[in-house]
Amino acid sequence: MAVPYTQSFDIRGRDFAHAGSASTEIKSLLKSLGINAAIVRRVAIAAYEAEMNAVMYAERATMTFSVTPDVVAISLEDRGPGIADIDLAMQEGWSTATHEMREMGFGAGMGLPNIKRNADEFVIRSEVGKGTTLKIVIYIR
Amino acid sequence: MACMHVCPTQAIRVRRGAALVLHDRCIDCGECVRVCPNTAIHPRTSSFSDFSGFRHTIAIPSPVFYAQFGKDVTPSAVLQGLKKIGFDDACDVAGASESVSIAIQEYLDANDSPRPLISPFCPAIVRLIQIRYPNLLNHLIPIESPMAIAAREAKRQAMQRLGLKESEIGVIYITPCPAKMLAVKDPPRRRHGFVNGTISIAEIYPNVLRAISESGGAGGEGEIRGLGLGWPVLGGQLACLKAQDCLAIGGVSDAVRVFEEIENGKLRDIQYIEVHSCPTACVGGSLTVENSYIARGRVLHMVQKYGSTPSRDRAEIRDLYQKNFFALHGKIPPIPLQPLDEDVSRGLQKLHQKRELYERLPGIDCGACGAPNCSVFAEDVVRGEATAEDCVFIAMRHFENLSATLLDKVRAHSEKVRHTGGPTS
Repeated sequence: MAVPYTQSFDIRGRDFAHAGSASTEIKSLLKSLGINAAIVRRVAIAAYEAEMNAVMYAERATMTFSVTPDVVAISLEDRGPGIADIDLAMQEGWSTATHEMREMGFGAGMGLPNIKRNADEFVIRSEVGKGTTLKIVIYIR
Repeated sequence: MACMHVCPTQAIRVRRGAALVLHDRCIDCGECVRVCPNTAIHPRTSSFSDFSGFRHTIAIPSPVFYAQFGKDVTPSAVLQGLKKIGFDDACDVAGASESVSIAIQEYLDANDSPRPLISPFCPAIVRLIQIRYPNLLNHLIPIESPMAIAAREAKRQAMQRLGLKESEIGVIYITPCPAKMLAVKDPPRRRHGFVNGTISIAEIYPNVLRAISESGGAGGEGEIRGLGLGWPVLGGQLACLKAQDCLAIGGVSDAVRVFEEIENGKLRDIQYIEVHSCPTACVGGSLTVENSYIARGRVLHMVQKYGSTPSRDRAEIRDLYQKNFFALHGKIPPIPLQPLDEDVSRGLQKLHQKRELYERLPGIDCGACGAPNCSVFAEDVVRGEATAEDCVFIAMRHFENLSATLLDKVRAHSEKVRHTGGPTS
């Protein structure tokens, strides 16, 4: 049984200068393992959307990435406003992004649906006023 | 060690005082050629005599070549100069650039393949995508380069006019960079045989300059025209397009940043991206002679003077496009990097080992080990290409431990000697 490789990343809310660096690091780790390009792309999109959600809405978050020969798992726990209606948030086009976020090219309401589309398993839990937790699993084989 | 630090793909190591290029990671961008203080790294371009086997030789200079001379020297005078130094003929490439631009516009209008589409004309950028972004290969627009189109046409016309066989005609590209040179010469990179060889601008420049000044710079006006003349500068391709929402990017590090974004699913509303490995695009190629900013000024001057009249009728180009005249020859395959291990489980172990080693390293990226930074060094060690003691800090600690052990032994021995009353008792 192979020992999974795990790495955690701290994400700070509103830190747009470093936004995306965790996803970039995750991609580069998967590429160095020789993981199939199509899988890497799905992980990239899901990880990036999750990371950007945290940057845009949360105060702080920890993203934990773990890989075994069989699966890639990403979990993200944030301290932030939480999501009042998860079903609504999962709908394409629904967004609470501010004008400023939209100016930066975000807030099309595709973030969570995009994560779900690229994930094999996806769990989202949220508590208003406390924060949101995401669990994303993508099968390698 | 300047080369090792400047390499955008970490493809250089210093071993026994000399630079070693890891060819599977090298994208031929030529940044190392630019910074080497000892001119130790130089690409092997061909020389004139290599083409003596051809009955008819045709020089096709990159339009960058036009911008190496004073602003009174016209593009046609440059072509005349090439003929004077011994080529049987010299043909313009800028006209092909303009035609290719029209083909790009046609492709953008007719295809809804994944956006943004990426220009495939900088071979270093194409290689970067092949090695590091195989996911983006289907974003490369499948259109042949102006160099290839110009070469193919020059050959075809010479065959008709002179009744020669294709193999008797040698087309030689005058190149601004090593990437174009290797794309012509090196078999795994080579996709077509339209161009038979390359000579660098730096090498041929003095001879052509002499030939031009001997003839008083005369060479006719106006034969070479069109917006294709602007292709060597950043944004030159975009200036030929009607499409909005396009970007022009120069430099590998900026290209990497944008490719990461595309891979993450961003920039889908961008239609086309012109990408160059050189920060100032082709005028900044490492085998040129003129300062790239001066050359840029000259290119813009030429565009102003000759750009407004198209080199060829648009409808005619569209018709050729429909007949696949511009279609890319061959597929561009991925060139995957060697993974840490063929077996993913063992690869995971190596990732753990890499992290453990990395935590023992100073993290100052000094390069004394011969790798560009501590992270790359840690990876080299787990791949078995270096040993941990190649790091001076680790070696020093090792030595300290050794000498401490030795000192302890000496102390213990002298204690023993003192207690037993000396070695002579």
